[in-house]
Amino acid sequence: MAQLTFREAISRGIAQEMRRDDTVLAIGEDIGAAGGVFKGTVGLFEEFGPVRVRDTPISEQAILGAAMGAAMTGLKPIAEIMFSDFFAVCWDIVVNEIAKSRYMTNGQMTFPLVIRSGNGGGLRFGAQHSQSVENWAMMVPGLKVVVPSNALDVIGLMAAAVRDPDPVIFLEAKSLYASKMEVPDGDIVDTLGSAKVLRQGGDATLVALGAMVPKTLKAAEELAAAGIDCTVVDVRSLVPLDTTTILREVAATGRLFTVEENPRLCGWGGELSSIVSEEAFYDLDGPIVRITTPHIPLPAADALEDMAIPSVERIVATVTTSMGA
Amino acid sequence: MTTTTSTALDLDAKLELYRVQVALRQFEKRAYDLFLENYVKGTSHLSLGQEAIAAGFAAAMRSDDYTFATYRGHAHTLARGVPMTPVLAELMGRTNGLMAGKGGSMHLTSVEHGVMGSYAIIGAHLPIACGAAWSAQYRGTDQVAVCFFGDGSTNIGAFHEALNFAAIWKLPVVFVCENNLWMEYTRTTEITAVPNPAADRASAYGLESIIVDGNDVDAVYAVASAAIERARAGEGPSLIEALTYRHGGHSRADPGKYRPDEEVAQWLAKDPIPMYHARLLAEGASEELLVQIELEVAAEVDRATEEAKAGPTPGADLLMKDVWADGGSAWRN
Ligand SMILES: Cc1ncc(C[n+]2csc(CCOP(=O)(O)OP(=O)(O)O)c2C)c(N)n1
Ligand SMILES: [Mg+2]
Repeated sequence: MAQLTFREAISRGIAQEMRRDDTVLAIGEDIGAAGGVFKGTVGLFEEFGPVRVRDTPISEQAILGAAMGAAMTGLKPIAEIMFSDFFAVCWDIVVNEIAKSRYMTNGQMTFPLVIRSGNGGGLRFGAQHSQSVENWAMMVPGLKVVVPSNALDVIGLMAAAVRDPDPVIFLEAKSLYASKMEVPDGDIVDTLGSAKVLRQGGDATLVALGAMVPKTLKAAEELAAAGIDCTVVDVRSLVPLDTTTILREVAATGRLFTVEENPRLCGWGGELSSIVSEEAFYDLDGPIVRITTPHIPLPAADALEDMAIPSVERIVATVTTSMGA
Repeated sequence: MTTTTSTALDLDAKLELYRVQVALRQFEKRAYDLFLENYVKGTSHLSLGQEAIAAGFAAAMRSDDYTFATYRGHAHTLARGVPMTPVLAELMGRTNGLMAGKGGSMHLTSVEHGVMGSYAIIGAHLPIACGAAWSAQYRGTDQVAVCFFGDGSTNIGAFHEALNFAAIWKLPVVFVCENNLWMEYTRTTEITAVPNPAADRASAYGLESIIVDGNDVDAVYAVASAAIERARAGEGPSLIEALTYRHGGHSRADPGKYRPDEEVAQWLAKDPIPMYHARLLAEGASEELLVQIELEVAAEVDRATEEAKAGPTPGADLLMKDVWADGGSAWRN
């Protein structure tokens, strides 16, 4: 066991896979000797050298194009897009090329690649360096989307993403990079498409993702103290989506709250609400409630950003009001 | 302009270059007819007049080298040895198509022939070709990636990102700009800061400025061989500008009326196929042999047409297949 930060878990997960398989390579801006802008690749350059851990120019299309071309010819690249906001300058490669080429070629090609990216707010970086883009990625057929909420899951899901034969968008919540937890030694391999029930309670089911998970757990503790006992589910993977676990946990309590960092429209919770309404309507004892960032660009000022992103207080207040307590 | 002596290839090899060009020409003429007859749906972009580039490069490539083409990719696909029937059937949306009808004219791909896709978003495949070249470099396979694109494509960011990337990583990739003077309906010199859209940009990436007569298949073959050899030897990428002209419009039934008649006439006089026909006669080939090649190709095109037309249209079983590597499309449990 060792105390590991979320950011250390990223390099540990990548190193675990690079040791196992020499077709796994890492590329990105400043990921080599510098160890990454968020220090998510510290130690990789020293262990694996400049051929397998390679710095790139500021050329997001070239980075992802290179990853795609390498993946279709037998390698398993892990490419970094420093801030997920920068997907906007290389989205063509992600959406039109990587996501569609297997289908278009009638299965002639596979793309075993991972694109990791710092995602979300909380760092007061303003509207162009704080977006939560999980909903962008989720709506594109052909992409798997993984969003871990803690260091242990980072390692296991990174391993699962690298081993998966399909393209995986791996979103790292920037506000969690410094978070710490005890992580066992040895190899850790998780599975994509499995949600985790983190807490069981009889009154309501709160479903959260990424940086919203620790906040939701905290909120659940406060709610429990006030007499509302909540189940908390960490979605972990938007595609594939573990609807079995979610539907079961919603049926058990009769109430669903989603806690989403993405702006309101077309957030993952909207899709989840639709699934639950269609398939578990008669299990519901009250309306589904979505707790999201409002539909605005994120402001930079700490006071404003804190109002925008769902907070522990907002989760507690919304659940309390909706439960009629 | 790079010139070549025509001693690099023996007569048999040149006859094969002739056959390939004639095949590309006759295939695409048939594809156009089938389009007018509504057998070919959607859109299609023909390389009529530009065949020497695809033929010359394919001849210089090793069978395990990689081709990256654009939506104007029928010629590049066929030139690598992909049979006519699956290509035509793909254009017609049949299950015996190269991708069972799921890709269409603009996305021809045959991994077993090294045709690593045809890409319909301008510029996108230049970085992807870099990736295949990077992979060959890492795996130590000596494979080379050859990436074709148009003059208009030199003005998109991906072109510049890819050129710089390939140069700094010394990737075994050959970028081939088919300068047919037109970006869709706009003359490329009117929207480009330099007269030669590729060659004049080469120095910005530390590369040699290379222009070749893209209608002379021997010249193309010579330039291609040199660039591919350089890439295979680990000396890095090349950027080649091949001057050519499309005989028809940009796509579908575009009559190409925006082009001055004299310009079209001047380039029709430089049609690569009659030019090569004349050269082969001068170099000792018999007219009978050349006519025989043309007739054999015509029979092949007829056969492919019948086989493609006989192909079944795809059923629902294909619709939900192969989003994922497991063959399916499930996004939830
Ligand atoms: C990013 C993007 N912008 C615009 C288009 C529409 N488009 C398709 S072909 C084309 C012209 C390309 O000209 P060029 O690169 O010279 O190739 P050519 O068609 O002459 O072979 C354009 C603008 C596109 N497919 N992708
Ligand atoms: Mg052009």
